[in-house]
Amino acid sequence: MSSIKVKLKEKDVQQIKDICKSFGNNPGELINVLHKVQGVFGYLPAEVQEIVAQEIHVSVAKVYGVVTFYSFFTMIPKGKYPVSVCTGTACYVRGAEKVLEEFKKELGIKVGESTPDGKFSLTCLRCVGACGLAPVVMVGNKTYGRVSPDGVKNILKEFDA
Amino acid sequence: MIKLIIDKKTVEVNPGTTILQAADQIGIHIPRLCYMNLGDFNIENKPGGCRVCVVEVEGRRNLAPACATDCTEGMVVHTHSIRVLNARKTIMQLILSDHPFDCLVCAKSGNCELQDLAQKMGIRDIPYKGEQSTYREDTSPAIIREMDKCIMCRRCEVMCNEVQTVGALSAVNRGFMSVVAPAFEMNLDHSVCTYCGQCVNVCPTGALTEVDHTNQLINDLADPNKTVVVQTAPAVRAALGEAFGMKPGTLVTGKMVTALRELGFNYVFDTDFAADLTIMEEGTELLDRLTRHLNGDKNIKLPILTSCCPAWVKFFEHQFPELKDIPSTARSPQQMFGSIAKSYFAEKLKVDRKKLVVVSIMPCVAKKYECSRTEFSTDGNPDVDYSISTRELAQLIKRANIDFTSLPDQEFDQPLGESTGAAVIFGTTGGVIEAAIRTAYELHTGKTLQKVDFEQLRGMEGIRSAKVDFDGLELNIGIAHGLGNARKLLEEIKEGKSQYHAIEIMACPGGCIGGGGQPYIHGDTSILKARQRAIYAEDAGKTIRKSHENPYIIRLYEEYLGKPLSEKSHHLLHTHYFDRKKEITIE
Repeated sequence: MSSIKVKLKEKDVQQIKDICKSFGNNPGELINVLHKVQGVFGYLPAEVQEIVAQEIHVSVAKVYGVVTFYSFFTMIPKGKYPVSVCTGTACYVRGAEKVLEEFKKELGIKVGESTPDGKFSLTCLRCVGACGLAPVVMVGNKTYGRVSPDGVKNILKEFDA
Repeated sequence: MIKLIIDKKTVEVNPGTTILQAADQIGIHIPRLCYMNLGDFNIENKPGGCRVCVVEVEGRRNLAPACATDCTEGMVVHTHSIRVLNARKTIMQLILSDHPFDCLVCAKSGNCELQDLAQKMGIRDIPYKGEQSTYREDTSPAIIREMDKCIMCRRCEVMCNEVQTVGALSAVNRGFMSVVAPAFEMNLDHSVCTYCGQCVNVCPTGALTEVDHTNQLINDLADPNKTVVVQTAPAVRAALGEAFGMKPGTLVTGKMVTALRELGFNYVFDTDFAADLTIMEEGTELLDRLTRHLNGDKNIKLPILTSCCPAWVKFFEHQFPELKDIPSTARSPQQMFGSIAKSYFAEKLKVDRKKLVVVSIMPCVAKKYECSRTEFSTDGNPDVDYSISTRELAQLIKRANIDFTSLPDQEFDQPLGESTGAAVIFGTTGGVIEAAIRTAYELHTGKTLQKVDFEQLRGMEGIRSAKVDFDGLELNIGIAHGLGNARKLLEEIKEGKSQYHAIEIMACPGGCIGGGGQPYIHGDTSILKARQRAIYAEDAGKTIRKSHENPYIIRLYEEYLGKPLSEKSHHLLHTHYFDRKKEITIE
C-alpha cells in the first residue's frame, strides 16, 4: 500500500486536530470542520482531508464527497493574489465573460486554477453587491469596477514586484 | 392502523408504512429501481432518487414517490393511471438517455434491473438525445467499475458505508458530473475496499461487476500441457442450481461435480477437504492459545478470530492493524488447498507446479484478490492460479451446452475431494466456529461428542453469542457476519471489554451463502435462508461430521505434514498479516 507523503508540519496536523476537537470530533460537524480548516490553509489538499477523516471518524471517501460537492471547498491552493471575476447577472450582461476570457489569456490558466508560480488564482463569483460598477473584479480585498478587457493587463501590473 | 385504498383495494397498515410497502402487502408490485429492502438484515435504501415508483395520490398536486411517501388515513392511490404510466415512461426514458446502449455485450445482461424494467414498461425508443456521462473503467483484482452504467441509486454506498462500514465508496462531485467513487477518485485497488462484493450484489445495472476469469479458464482447459485442478467452496453447491431455474436451497453437489468433469477439469476436488484441514490447524491453534492463556501466559491474546474470509482479513488490515496478532494465522481453505495441491499433490503426480493449474469456484469475489496476494505464491507462481465465482461457473456451464438440471450425480476425485459435514457448514455464518468446536472439544476432552449439532451457534442474527461447555470449561463464542457487525466486536476487543474466547467473522451478510459471487438474489433474503438450510442438510447427511475424522486428512498428516502446527504446516498452511493503514508522514 502506498503511503501518502505529505508536507504537513507537525504543528499543521495539530491545528487540524484542534479544529476537529473544537467540534467535539463529531461526524455531523464535517462541513463546519472543513470550513474552518480551509480558512486556515486556504484549500483542502488530500492529506488534510485524510486527517480530518481520521479525527472525526468519517471515511475519506465521504470527506472527499463533501469537498467536491460544495463549490466553496477547493483542493487547489489559492494564489497569493486571488482574482475573482463577478459573473452575476448585472456583470454578465455588461461583459464579464469577455473580461474573464482576458484574465484566462493573460494568466494562462482556467477558472479554478492557479498560476505555476502561485502568484495568481482565478475564480468566478456571483454578485458582490456592487452592480452599479458592473462588471466587477476583485483581486484579494481590492475591488475594481467597470472593468473592460483592455484594463485587465493594467490591473495585473499593479501586482508586479 | 391506517386505512387506505390502492388500486381500488383497501389495505390497513401501521403508521410509518410507505405506499410502496403497503402495496407490496397486497401483492401490487410498484416498479422500483433505487429502492432496496433487505428486511432480514435491516437494510433499506430509499433515497427517492430514481422516481420510477411514482404513483398518483388523489388530492395531491404532483405524483408521489411511493418508496418515500408515508401512508395517511383515507389516502386513495393509483399505481397505474394514465398519468402515472406516462410519467414513469418519461422517467425511464430520461434515465436510459444517459445509459450506454451495450446491453448485448454487458456482463449484467439478463440480470439487470434496469433492462428488466425497460422491457416491462415497453420502452421502444428514447426520444431524449443529449450528452452522456462517461467515466474511465476501473479494474481491480476482483471488481470492475464501469460508472458510465451507474444510475446513482446509491445502493452500493449503503452497503459499503452503512452495512459493511468499509467506507470505500461515496458519491462525489455534483450534478451531471456526480459519480460514486473511492476517495480522490483513485482506483479501487488504492482504496480501503475489501472486495467483499456486496456492492456488486446490489448494483441494479452493470456498473459494478466481478473480474471475469472464464476466458483464461477455457484456454487452460484446452492446453494439453497443463493439468487443471478445480476446488469448489461449500456455499457454491447450495446456490448454483438457482442459475438454472432450480428452487433456492436445492443442493447440486453431484451435478456440479459432473458438470466440472464435462468441462474438462483433470481433477475435481473440494475446498471442503481444505476446510477440514483448516479446522485441524485453526482448532489446534485455538486449543494451544486457550491452554496457554488459562495457564497464565500473559503474552497470549484472546479471543482468537477466524481467518477464512479474505474480505474480513483485508478489513482488519486497513481498519484495525493494531489487532493483527489476534486472528488465527491459519490460511483460508482456498489457500490451504492451493498450497497442498501444488506441493503434496503435485509431488504425487510428479508434475511441475507451473504446469499444474489450480482453479477455485467461489461464492466470492474477494477470493480473486486473495489468490493474487504475493505471499500465496512460490517463485511468482500462485498457489491458486485464479478463482471464478458461482455466477461465472453457471455462465460457463451454459456456454458449454451442458444441460445442468438433467445431469447425473458424480463423486469428487481423491485424495483432495473427501470432506466431512464440519467442512460443509463453512458456507454459512456460524459454521466455521461450529466445525472448530466439534474438533477442539474432542481433542481437548478426549471424549466423543454425544451431539455434533450446536444449535446455539446457528441463525441469521448479525451478532450472536453462545456458551459451549468444554467438559467443565465454559467457552464464550462470538459470531458476526457483515463487516459492520464485525466492527462492533473489534471495538470491544480494542477497548479490552471482549468476553469472548473465540470469534467467527464473515464479511458477507449470511456468510459465504450471501457472498459477492453468488447468483443475484434481487433483494429476496429468503433465498439466503434456503441456502443455509441446504448447507445444514448436507452436513446432516454426511457419514463423517468431524474434521479430524476425515481419513484423507489423517493420511495427509501421516504422509506429509506430521502434525498440526508442525514446521511444515506452518510453512504451507499459515500466514501473516499486514498493516495497511495509510501512514501520514509528517515533515
